[in-house]
Amino acid sequence: MITTFDALADPTRRQILDLLRVRPHTVNELVELLEISQPGVSKQLKVLRDVGLVQVRQEAQKHWYELRPEPLAEVFNWLVNYRSLIEEGYERLDELLKKMKEEEQNDV
Amino acid sequence: MYKHTLIAEPGSHMVTLTREFNAPRELVFKAMTDPKLVTQWWGFRSTTTTIDKMEAKAGGVWRFVDHDADGNEFAFRGVYHDVTSPERLIYTFEFEGMPGHVLLETILLEERDGKTFVTDSSVFQSVEARDGMLEAGMESGADESWSMMDELLEAMKVGSA
Repeated sequence: MITTFDALADPTRRQILDLLRVRPHTVNELVELLEISQPGVSKQLKVLRDVGLVQVRQEAQKHWYELRPEPLAEVFNWLVNYRSLIEEGYERLDELLKKMKEEEQNDV
Repeated sequence: MYKHTLIAEPGSHMVTLTREFNAPRELVFKAMTDPKLVTQWWGFRSTTTTIDKMEAKAGGVWRFVDHDADGNEFAFRGVYHDVTSPERLIYTFEFEGMPGHVLLETILLEERDGKTFVTDSSVFQSVEARDGMLEAGMESGADESWSMMDELLEAMKVGSA
């Protein structure tokens, strides 16, 4: 079964996601922008839909492909431990403050 | 184990962190509001934080981008509601990878005997959103998270070959 990581591993799919990050696109728009055949684009969109990174919305007889951010957030969230992030940031702030105090003393 | 304390009551939308810093308030406030300084401490050591925007005043916008060693980017942004030196910062916070999930963060700084006591409270839009963030990465633990990060990065490199 394909995972979000598999989906992200392909550079063309990442290009598609970058375009969708700006706004929803139709297949034709993606074909033009990426300069890939329509079946090629459709194949990549299917992979992205299968992992839930992309969804389709029909509006005025056009099919708009839009980004679903949840799987990307899951990737980030799953990799990041909130308390470790906070703790490490505060430690680095400790170190910076120490440096700032030393610089102040040197200026005196 | 951690030098900070965290309060997250069950069923609440809020997370409160407290931490003591061995420096006067003015210095801590400066470190939190000067872009040249923020870039030196914000985030993990293993990532580099670049400051895309940072207008530390009421109504000002901010946007930070974290870069890891393989060029992956994670961007965060928001708007300052209140920047009152040296005691209070209030701003919105959004991870661009999860648009629409905005939290409101209030940072209060108190000084006692030359030390600064920071209280950092974040209010989420739902209890689920708050719990989701607290649970993130916890099941795996730090070591496993990093080895899974390696696998992701390998998969992305293979794709680029």
